[in-house]
Parts: sequence; structure tokens; C-alpha cells
Amino acid sequence: MQERRLASWKIGGEQGQGIDSTGEMLATVCNRLGYYIYGYRQFSSRIKGGHSNYKIMIGTEPVASTSSELDVLVAIDQETIDRNHHELVEGGILVADAHFEPVVPEGCPARLLSVPLTRIAQEVGSPVMRNVVSLGVSAYILGLPLEAFKEVVMERFGRKSPEVGEQNVAALEQGYAYAQEHLLELAWRLAPGDGKKRLIMMGNDAVALGAAAAGCRFCAAYPITPASEVMETLMDILPRYGGVVVQAEDEIAAITACIGAGFAGARAITATAGPGISLMQEAIGLAHTAEIPVVIVDTQRGGPSTGMPTKHEQSDLWALLFGTHGDTPRIVLTPSTVEETFYATAEAFNLADKYQCPVFVATDLSLALNKQTVEDLDIRRIKIDRGALLTDEEIAAQAEPDGFRRYRITESGISPRPLPGQPKGQYLATGVEHNEFGKVSEDPKNRVAMMDKRLRKVPADPAALGLEGVTYSGPETPDLLLVGIGSTVGPLSDARKALEAEGYRVGHAQIKVLAPLPVQQLSELFARAKRVLVAENNAQGQLAALIEYRVGKAMREQGQPVPPIHSLRKYDGNPFLPTEIVAEAKEVTSYAQAG
Amino acid sequence: MPKLADFKTTEKSWWCPGCGDFGVLAALQKALVDLGVEPHNVAIVAGIGCSGKIGNYINCYNFHVVHGRTLPTAMGLKLVNRDLTVIAAGGDGDGYAIGGNHFLHAIRRNVDITYIVMDNQIYGLTKGQVSPTSAVGFKTRSTPEGNIERPVRPLQLAIAAGATYVASGFSSDVRQLSRLIAEGIQHKGFALINVYSPCVTFNRVNTYDWYKEVLLNLDEDEAYDPTDRGKALQLLIDTDERVRGLVYKAPDQPSFQDLFPGYREEPIVHQDWTIPEEDFAQLLEQYR
Repeated sequence: MQERRLASWKIGGEQGQGIDSTGEMLATVCNRLGYYIYGYRQFSSRIKGGHSNYKIMIGTEPVASTSSELDVLVAIDQETIDRNHHELVEGGILVADAHFEPVVPEGCPARLLSVPLTRIAQEVGSPVMRNVVSLGVSAYILGLPLEAFKEVVMERFGRKSPEVGEQNVAALEQGYAYAQEHLLELAWRLAPGDGKKRLIMMGNDAVALGAAAAGCRFCAAYPITPASEVMETLMDILPRYGGVVVQAEDEIAAITACIGAGFAGARAITATAGPGISLMQEAIGLAHTAEIPVVIVDTQRGGPSTGMPTKHEQSDLWALLFGTHGDTPRIVLTPSTVEETFYATAEAFNLADKYQCPVFVATDLSLALNKQTVEDLDIRRIKIDRGALLTDEEIAAQAEPDGFRRYRITESGISPRPLPGQPKGQYLATGVEHNEFGKVSEDPKNRVAMMDKRLRKVPADPAALGLEGVTYSGPETPDLLLVGIGSTVGPLSDARKALEAEGYRVGHAQIKVLAPLPVQQLSELFARAKRVLVAENNAQGQLAALIEYRVGKAMREQGQPVPPIHSLRKYDGNPFLPTEIVAEAKEVTSYAQAG
Repeated sequence: MPKLADFKTTEKSWWCPGCGDFGVLAALQKALVDLGVEPHNVAIVAGIGCSGKIGNYINCYNFHVVHGRTLPTAMGLKLVNRDLTVIAAGGDGDGYAIGGNHFLHAIRRNVDITYIVMDNQIYGLTKGQVSPTSAVGFKTRSTPEGNIERPVRPLQLAIAAGATYVASGFSSDVRQLSRLIAEGIQHKGFALINVYSPCVTFNRVNTYDWYKEVLLNLDEDEAYDPTDRGKALQLLIDTDERVRGLVYKAPDQPSFQDLFPGYREEPIVHQDWTIPEEDFAQLLEQYR
């Protein structure tokens, strides 16, 4: 039998039928066996009803993206078959509940295994266990040891009562036995995993862990898809360390509570998605003007307005760069993997403290919610740097009869900051234009000095902030340079490898900091590339336009020719498939060869 | 012990001569002195409008925020540094119009802060538009034919929402007002002090003389029991809230911070924020 290093599995049914938890169990089993996984959930904004599915890529090597192909489909209803059969490949297996008398559309290359999932479940205890029966079937098909499934099933159901746990184990066994009996010849099985128990988590978990590790002890947030898990996870973690989480009455309360906490000297975080970012804009300007640190996470989803709340998009880039009225410096971190999200979130707190301003961590639905394998998270790499705080003695030495010069004009633009409770440090923090003491001043000279001070605080290049602005892989002088941001890293890197295997000279640059944009680094990469293809999940090509404006301008100013910049935009609610990028890359290159 | 002078600043006031807010400022400063709180241990979060300028004139840690958002800001501040005396201050527009939502939720959380509303029944800083506490028929720049909206009744609203300390003050009576503020600060939980603070420029109806005439001083009514929630509400309905004094004080109830699991005596801002490696390893176990 052939041993495969990568397989894909999907379960589908109606929302509320345990699709998610079944996918979670398979992911946990595979993780414990030492496989790498990449999960992809499709769901809609409702609790019951409507098709939902959970696809898992299982590999013996890191998996970075989902694919358009599918080896095993578990269908709890006919709609799952109708909506997903086109993904099934030659040699694939369609496991369907005999209960609904599955109909396989003509031309589907996969083999149907009609299993009486509901009947078996009923026999061992209850029809709700049909998904567990399907896991037993899947274990056999994928060539995974049943013992690993038993362990996870017992952990999940044995807690309720040992009897329920045992019933579920029986459901697993029955499913496995049924598959064994009815699928005599299997074409392939998964090569064994390496047995190393890595981590599987979503971006939202990494945000919460990164925040806690960085000393964040205050979170205020309003529930919103796909950000809520950040608040929920912090509600679990922070009380262990004396921290608090408040579910606010709206996003305006969430951000202003965080700003209040930041003013007092704590590290505070709020997490939201587009609608919340829109509501927070005024307060973000306050934090900039009053120079208060705060960390804001935007898990981008389909916009504008309510848009597509449960669908992936990267369309807040301009809002994050240009939102809030008036002139403000920006720091927007854009990690692309779960692991990077952990370290970026932790670093966001140091940057917020150092530059005394809001710092954004922008993820996207795919990164926020899709579970990925993470090798490990190293808390020793997290250093807490509070920036320009003062001791009581320093404050006493600097205090003047008129108060404390909280907004002292300095060369760096950063002014030392007393915290409430420190004697002689009293000052007025305000969103009104103010003088060095914080008192209202609309004097033209003061206005210009204060504006310039705030704007020069944040360096123009991510390197000066100690950040890696862009990562690159590929040849020194590529014919085509792929550029992306956020979770597109997986499909872009898989596309690059696929193109390389076909003989194309393709490079891949992933932007990790949206602001300040790594203009210099990108210019250097662009100078060595014949063409550039920017792939992003929004309709207007927000990143491509920014790059055209910033990088193109910089290159022209240096007298360098700017390579043609193509824009690939996908905004149907789904992340890119590597195949889509490969196709566009070929199109762009052939166009280049022809022209 | 701090003196009144310790809470003063050299800032020249932007308030109109005769503005009721001067009385509120004096009462607040007196209350802080009476309680013996040091200026550096006081944090005032002020809103937008004439009243929001109060932070310019009092020496302590001050945060002048965006319009209507004093309460959530003050909540965040208090929760991370419970040692501070945290006061939110603003006007009727700031608190009951743009910030109305937060008013309700701060009350039901019973956050341990003191909220002083300088209620002049008009928008002063924008030069005389109708406010949420303006009376029906009140003529302003935005209601030239008279106000057609019924006013918010902040004291009744607060009691109905579960407020644990509700007082009504009059800026002319600094002694009474400072006592109400001091008791509000000492109260464990959310304390509302709505202060009738006349606008001498844009409100020619609700004047000092008018208030002196209509306000019932609860201090003079020995029979009044401020611990009876039902009677307090009835009084407010009967008098159209034209009262001054302590209206309602609930028997001991936990404040918001007392209810958080794991919340510590030591303020969050003073804690050691490092997570030991072995603890973190434990946190990661649930992801394996």
C-alpha cells in the first residue's frame, strides 16, 4: 500500500450537528500522533441550520494552506455531497450516512462508502454519536491507530460520565470495524507521524497567549466574529495572574476602558473586527493625541458594514492606515502565521509603551480562526520593556511649580511619562491640543511643535523599530515576485514551490509590518524582480495600491525603474487556493513573454 | 495632610463668570481635602463640554477624554489601579446623551467610581442647544419653537438601573455638595452625584433663583429615609427630581472589582507581570 505524506479530510453537515467538534477531535488526534495540520472551517452567521464544514490537511511535514482537492469527505447530509463532491479526487472516498440514502452526482471520481452512521450510533447509545462513528471510519481509511482516537474521545465525553465515554468508544470501534469489513482494498494510507506532540491553535489563541506573556492584565472587548476567542481565552488566563477582562457594552466602551487602563500604566488589549474598528476610530485619535499606549487587534472579515461576518477578507488595510481624523503616526503589525501572531502581539505592547501610542495587530479570519500546527512558543523570547517611565525620584527632580512637563518636546518625540499615583507627577492628559504640561493651547507655534513631536516618534522603517518588515524566499533575481500579507503566506508559499517545480523563477515576499511599511526592503526586492504580483483578499487592491504609491514612488525618486505591479484580488469570502495563484502567475508571466 | 491650595492650579478659568461649575470645582476640592486624599492619588476623567474643563483647574492626575466616554475610561483606570480615587465628571449632554449607554452599564456593574454630572439643562460650549435634561417647551437655538422631547430623569434612571448611591446637589450649596461628593467617594461602588449647576449665559430659565425656589432640601427633612428604594423613586416622581441631598444609598453591596475571580489587593499596575516558564508550559498543554 502506498504511504502518503499529505492527505485531506473534510466533514460537512448542518450547523449545530457537531461538525466543528468532530473536526477538532480529528485534529487533536493527528497532532498527538505527530502530524502537522492545517484546519479550515466554513460556517455561516447562525447557530442552527445552514451548511458548515471543516476541512483538515494532515501532513508529515508542515502544511501552510488548504487545497482545492479532497481525499476523504464525510457527509452527514446530502447537501454536503452536493456542495463538496467536486473537490474529491480519483481514489478519494466519500463516507456518507446511509440514513439519508446518499446520491452521488455523476462523474464524481470518488468511491462511495455508505455507512449506517445513525443506525450504529443508535445501537451503541444515541444517534448523536454518528459523528464519532464517522471518526472510526476515518481512522481506518487514513490508516491511523484507533487507540489515539479512543484517548481523545474519552477525554471529551468520559468527563460527562464514564458510561457516555464508553458508548462513544464503542461508536468509534463499530465505525472502524464497519470500514474494515467493507473497504477491503485501500490504495493508500498516511505515513506515520513522528509522535511529537506539537501545539495546535488558532491566531486568536496566539493573540491571547502573546498578550498574557507580555504582561497584559486588562482586556475589554465586545463579542464579534471572528475576534471573540481573544476575549474568551483571556477570560480563562488573566484571572490566574490577577488580571481582569470586561465584556464591554460596545466597542467604544471597550477601547476607552483600555485607554483608561493604559493611562494608569497597565498593558491593555481589545480585539475586534471591522465594525468595531469603525466604532473605535475617535478614541484611537484620543490615544494618539494624549499619547497613551494601547493594543488593538483587528481580525479582518468581509466588509463593509456587517458584510460577511463569518467570511475571510483583508479589506481593513486602508482603515487601519488612514482611520481616525487628523494626523497620526501608525504602527500596524501584520503577522502571517499563528506563531508569528504570538510574538507580534507580545511585541505590540513594547512598541505601544515605547512610542506611547496605539499599536494595531491585524490578522484576518483565516489566521484568526483556522487551527494550525505550531512547533512551540518560547516565552523566554518575550521581554517586557516599559519605555520612558520614571521613578518617583526622577519625577521629583523634574517637577516644576506649574506641574510636570508630561509632553516635553524632545528630540525623539518621546516624553517621559509619570503614572497616576506617583507624587508630583500630576498632569492633564488630553485629546485637546496642549502645551508641554498638557494644558489646552491653540498657539500656532505650539501646535506645530506638538504635531511634529508626535509624528516623529515613530520611525519610518520597521527595522528602526526592531521589526522584520518583510520575509523573502526565492532566487536572487526572480522573473516574478509574489507579494502578500497576513494569512496569504500559506497559499503564496505553496504556489511558489509549485511554480518552481515547473521551472519558473519565482520569489515570495510576505509583508509583516503594514506601518511603517518596509519601503526600503521592498524597493530592493522589486529592483531585482522582472514583475510583481500582489495577491490580497479585498476588492480594491488595497495593498497593491499602497505598494504602488509608496514603493513605486521611492524607486522613482532613486531613479530606479519600477517593475510592472499586477494585482490579484479575491473577495468571495474564501482564502486563496495555491492553484489560483499559480494560474495567475502563469498568466502574468506568459503575458510578459508575449509582450 | 493635603490642603485646599494643593488641589489648585494656576490655570485661568475659561468658564463664564458666575458659572455653576465653579461651585462644583470648589466642592470637589473641599471633599478631597476633607477626606485627606493626596493629589497624586486622585485621577479625574472629564468629558467634553464646559464641565469637561474641570480637569484644567484641579491639581491631580487628569484625563480629558472624548465626548461621552468618561465612564468606561474611568472603569479601566480604576480596575488596574484600585488604590486611586477615581472620579468621572462631565455635563448632562456628555453623560445622558452621547454617553447615555455607558451610564446604564457603569451603574449596573457598580464600578467603584464617583460620577459628578454638572447638569445645566443646556449645551453651553456649543452655544445653547437643547440638552437631554431640558424641559418640554424649553426654547433653545435648536428648539426655536420649544423642546418637544421629554427630558431624561437621571436620578430615577439610575435607581431603576440598580445604582447604589444616588445624590442630587446644587452648585450654590458647596457645603452640602462637598459632603455628598465625599460620601460618594467613600461609597464602595458607583456613586452618582447629579448637580444642578446653572448656565448663566444660555439658560435664562433654570437660574440660581429658580433652583433656590424649586429645590426641596432633603437635609431639612428628618423623616426622609434614603435607604428605601421605593420611597426614593416615589419622591423623585412626585418632585420631578427637584430635590437636593442624598436620595438613595443601598445597603452594602459588592463593587464590580470585588467580584472578579482572582482580583488582587495589590493594584494591577504594581504587580509583577512575568509568567513563570513552568506556568506558561502548563498553559500550552491544553493546545496539545
